[in-house]
Amino acid sequence: MTSNSSIGGLLRRPEAGAFLGLVAVLIFFAIFGGVTFLKPAGMSSWLNVAANLGVIAIPVGLLMIAGELDISVGAMVPLGAMTVAVVSGHFGLSIWLGVALTLSFGVIVGLINGYMVIRTAVPSLIVTLGSLFAVQGIVLGLTVLITKSTSVALATEGPAKAIFGDFVLGGQLQAMVIWWLIVTAFYIFFVHFSRFGNWIFAMGGDKVSARNAGIPTERLTITLFVLSSTSAAFVGMCQAILYNSAQVAGGQSFIFNAIISVVVGGVLLTGGFGSVVGIFFGTITFAIVNQGIYYTDFDRNWSSLIIGVLLLLAVLMNNTFRKMALSYSSKKKGAKT
Amino acid sequence: MTAPILSLKNVNKSFGPIDVLHDINLDLRAGEVLCLLGDNGAGKSTVIRLLSGVHKPTTGEILMDGKPVSFANPREASDHGIATVHQFGGTFPLMSIGRSFFVGLEPTKGWGPFKIYDRRRANEIAVKAVQSFGITRIDDGDRLVGGLSGGERQSLAIARAVHFGARVLILDEPTAALGVKQAAHVLRIVNEAKRRGLAVIFITHQVMHAMAVGDHFAVLIRGAIAADFHKGEKTREEITDLMAGGETMATLEAEIEGYMQAHDGHPPQVASPA
Repeated sequence: MTSNSSIGGLLRRPEAGAFLGLVAVLIFFAIFGGVTFLKPAGMSSWLNVAANLGVIAIPVGLLMIAGELDISVGAMVPLGAMTVAVVSGHFGLSIWLGVALTLSFGVIVGLINGYMVIRTAVPSLIVTLGSLFAVQGIVLGLTVLITKSTSVALATEGPAKAIFGDFVLGGQLQAMVIWWLIVTAFYIFFVHFSRFGNWIFAMGGDKVSARNAGIPTERLTITLFVLSSTSAAFVGMCQAILYNSAQVAGGQSFIFNAIISVVVGGVLLTGGFGSVVGIFFGTITFAIVNQGIYYTDFDRNWSSLIIGVLLLLAVLMNNTFRKMALSYSSKKKGAKT
Repeated sequence: MTAPILSLKNVNKSFGPIDVLHDINLDLRAGEVLCLLGDNGAGKSTVIRLLSGVHKPTTGEILMDGKPVSFANPREASDHGIATVHQFGGTFPLMSIGRSFFVGLEPTKGWGPFKIYDRRRANEIAVKAVQSFGITRIDDGDRLVGGLSGGERQSLAIARAVHFGARVLILDEPTAALGVKQAAHVLRIVNEAKRRGLAVIFITHQVMHAMAVGDHFAVLIRGAIAADFHKGEKTREEITDLMAGGETMATLEAEIEGYMQAHDGHPPQVASPA
């Protein structure tokens, strides 16, 4: 534990840049946005955004650590929302059937993505670009065919509403915040404490060596794609249950927002480096900038500028920290021969 | 003489209509360094790929301890104790020494679904294994592999192979990208592996490096073994000539000599544009 206890050790960790970025935007918006921004109402506004984004950003980030990319999440959010709304709203079937079908569609699209990536030599960006458009087409086509509308209402009651799409803790935080914290804890264990995490990093570092070392790279790739598309479908489903309706459009913003959160969180775009905690911080940072602008006197239109600058700064900072991590040798240089 | 660990018997390999290897016969014994020499395209890499399970021979067989073996993939070859270390060590630059040492075979502690990766133990074992090869500069298993020098990375990869029970070590041009000092480093480690009773196949372009550690030399020319001899049987010049494909080196030298005399030591004139 010696090397992680010092400040230098903390700076060499993948989440160092993300943490400093988070502190910076917190201070910035606390000054310009005033205290309301940090009061429960203000906090829940950005925590809700962070939660919905974070549940998707972590599996997307894990894929990036493993050297892959999944942009089809942008279509999985409306797919998840529409599935539950059509099944349980339009047809009036049990909400649990809607939930089960939504999650199985997530698994199916993930399996298709993963299988196509390992069976063809096509980069996953292109494969998932294809499935992004294909799924969007299916959602729009089928929804209009079945319901003659692009917006479907859904009324949910009872435990399903409470579990997936209600406000908790005083009525401002979405249930998704709880889900987000649970899955983040799960991912932290999975990636940084179990041995499977090591396999993801090895795969992103050098796929051929990883396979030769006996890591089931193909199974792992498929698993990660299933995780990301199912998570996106889950978020869409919860939003439909929360807002009592689903639209065929929307969800596209999740693609770039997730990638920004992941990169701000210190994940290397080419794979092999990053951390779940970093993605967690990156997501909160993004959400604060996204929502914090409402609490300042600045024009809302400037928030994209801030996000763009933030992204570039984060990447530069993360590069510096990664170089520090690489060149680090030992604290006790003089004592060694 | 002891029985060979690994032998190739009349091995041929062709890719479609192209014959790459012709009737290769090679024996490899424990505690012996076999230097596989040859020019680019002579078939050295194909021999390695056959031994490491990437390809299968078209005809002929591979024997291990006298018994024929067939590797479906690199994993099976390494299960038989054949470890291949590539030019850059095949390790992961952004992983820590401990983590990359144990990739795929991570030590865990705890029970059931709560088994966690035992970082302290992994680091300890990895550092100890590398240090036993004389690399005392590595003393912290949390350092990233990418921060090590080329020679240290090679050493880490070799130490890893030995730790996980390799009996045959295939080193694919381990010194090619290294400076003089780093190369000497790696050569010392090859000697150490030999001392521990491993059989080593050492692929190189550099005759000096081969002669420094080799006991047994095989020269490949256009997919066939052109010479198979032991330490002390040939001089450095003879080996260089063989690698360059027979007498060509001497001819080339004579040609250069002749040119230098005829032109008073001046480089060739480039036709200047009028």
